[in-house]
Amino acid sequence: MNIAFTKIWVRNARVWRKHIMATLIGNLGQPFLFLIAMGYGLGRDVGPIDGLSYLQFIAPGLVASAVMYAAAFETTYGSYTRLALQKSYEAMLMTPLTVGDIVLGEISWGACKGLIAALIMVATLPFFGVWPSWWALGLLPLLLVAGIFFAALGLIMTALASNYEFFNYFISLVLTPLFLFSGIFFPLDTLAPTARFVFSLLPLSPIVELARMLTFGRLQGPLLLKIVIPLLVTLATVWLAKVLLQRRLIK
Amino acid sequence: MESGVALPPPSGIVQSMKADSPTQDESVAGRPGPVPAAADIVVVDGLRKDFGERRAVDNISFAIRTGECVGFLGPNGAGKSTTIHILLGLVRRSAGTIHLLGEEVPKHHQKVKQKIGVVPQIDSLDPDLSVEENLLTYAGYFNIPKRQAMAKTDELLEFFALENRRREIIENLSGGQRRRLLLARALINEPQLLILDEPTVGLDPQARHLMWERLEILQEQGTTMLLTSHYMDEVARLSNRVLILDRGRIVAQGEPEQLITDMVGVEVFEVEGTEPELDRLAGMFSQCEATMERVTGKLYIYTKEDCSRLEHMLGDRRNWLRRPTNLEDLFIQLTGRSLRES
Repeated sequence: MNIAFTKIWVRNARVWRKHIMATLIGNLGQPFLFLIAMGYGLGRDVGPIDGLSYLQFIAPGLVASAVMYAAAFETTYGSYTRLALQKSYEAMLMTPLTVGDIVLGEISWGACKGLIAALIMVATLPFFGVWPSWWALGLLPLLLVAGIFFAALGLIMTALASNYEFFNYFISLVLTPLFLFSGIFFPLDTLAPTARFVFSLLPLSPIVELARMLTFGRLQGPLLLKIVIPLLVTLATVWLAKVLLQRRLIK
Repeated sequence: MESGVALPPPSGIVQSMKADSPTQDESVAGRPGPVPAAADIVVVDGLRKDFGERRAVDNISFAIRTGECVGFLGPNGAGKSTTIHILLGLVRRSAGTIHLLGEEVPKHHQKVKQKIGVVPQIDSLDPDLSVEENLLTYAGYFNIPKRQAMAKTDELLEFFALENRRREIIENLSGGQRRRLLLARALINEPQLLILDEPTVGLDPQARHLMWERLEILQEQGTTMLLTSHYMDEVARLSNRVLILDRGRIVAQGEPEQLITDMVGVEVFEVEGTEPELDRLAGMFSQCEATMERVTGKLYIYTKEDCSRLEHMLGDRRNWLRRPTNLEDLFIQLTGRSLRES
């Protein structure tokens, strides 16, 4: 297997080390604030859902959202800066690296950044009275796949962007709705059938559901389907990112 | 008009071609053509590129031999950068064949790029990394082992007088230092072919001269170079051979001095005056073998022979000068005086 893409991963990690504090605060700030405001603040007045306190209920989904934001921001604002301003991709293409290497390097790094944000969050959950089960180890592969998906989605936006403003669409029309309607803050299965159907199609929904199951060790439902479909969607997204970036870089 | 001077085998900072070139002895006939001779580092045949309706590169063929420095000259939009980008696989060709270092590209690009160094027109240094990290990271892209990369980095930082800026961030470098670092980066993989796309653009004279000195040392060591530039003095100084491009075609090629003499002449008289005065002078200078060019209020006389005997006709006018022809005259003659702005 060609591992040339790891050189790009290493480059990004090298830069990340220099701004580690700022990046972590950027990646973790929002999910933590939501955990406190909604889980602790609002949660005291919300009854238990499926036997979980409201804070327990939203914590796994917020972890998943941390992956989404960290990965997608890295491959939009970060990657676009490297593409358009710093001409880093052009410099890379003058070496034996290919567009495929760039895509894998950027996505693997974005996913990794997402995973780091998520793991820090999971590690602090006990302070909020949320004690994960051993099943929570399964979050690792799950959130990695989620990271790959959202990093690839971000890179697609980068390949299509002609300026930074373009990412406003992505954030307002994609990321924010996913954050609000993927079952992080309310259970989907008690909604009206149509709403339930639509919301369950959102790519973050199965991730949130699986994250909650794994965190508390309550595995149920058509698991295989819930694992296989996100995997296939992720592969397709990576492929599309490769096609679009190729088109953007090679005239 | 081939002037591929046989330079001594390279040594030192840029690796020898000999190591990888299996058939050095068959190297003499360096004629452009589809079959690459052993000493031809670049062979381009019938290259064409269309961007929609616009034909950016129109059926060009050329070859570059080992140790040669070939200069690409041409106004904006002549197809210089497009040609270079095609050679590097950043732009897809529409037609034609390309061999680099004996391999057909784009098929073998990945292999070939391992042995090519590029100084791009636009600064693509990594501003998030220090000077040293820029070189080490780039070495990583070539999969150069760490120890070797560190030794090479030390060597290059010294060669380009950047040693004391090793840990500096890119933002704090001067324009000249950035350009030197770009050149250093292009050499990290010990390339057999160095492609320089306007290497001194935007530099002050001191910084340009320092770049040129370094490039000349590399040339003495036998590095093969492909250079594009808008600066005629740069091309004249560094190139063994120039290719002049205009509207996607090669309009002239050869050794610079020879080309200038053949196509322009040996000397130029530049005379200012009123239109009737200039008409009269043009008539008188027709006694001598020369070509004339008229621009409003100005007459250029390009002489093919020694016309100094006619100098007295200019009398005691102050507004004239006589000087040797240069590459810029050739360039203007071939590509015209009108601006090329797209």
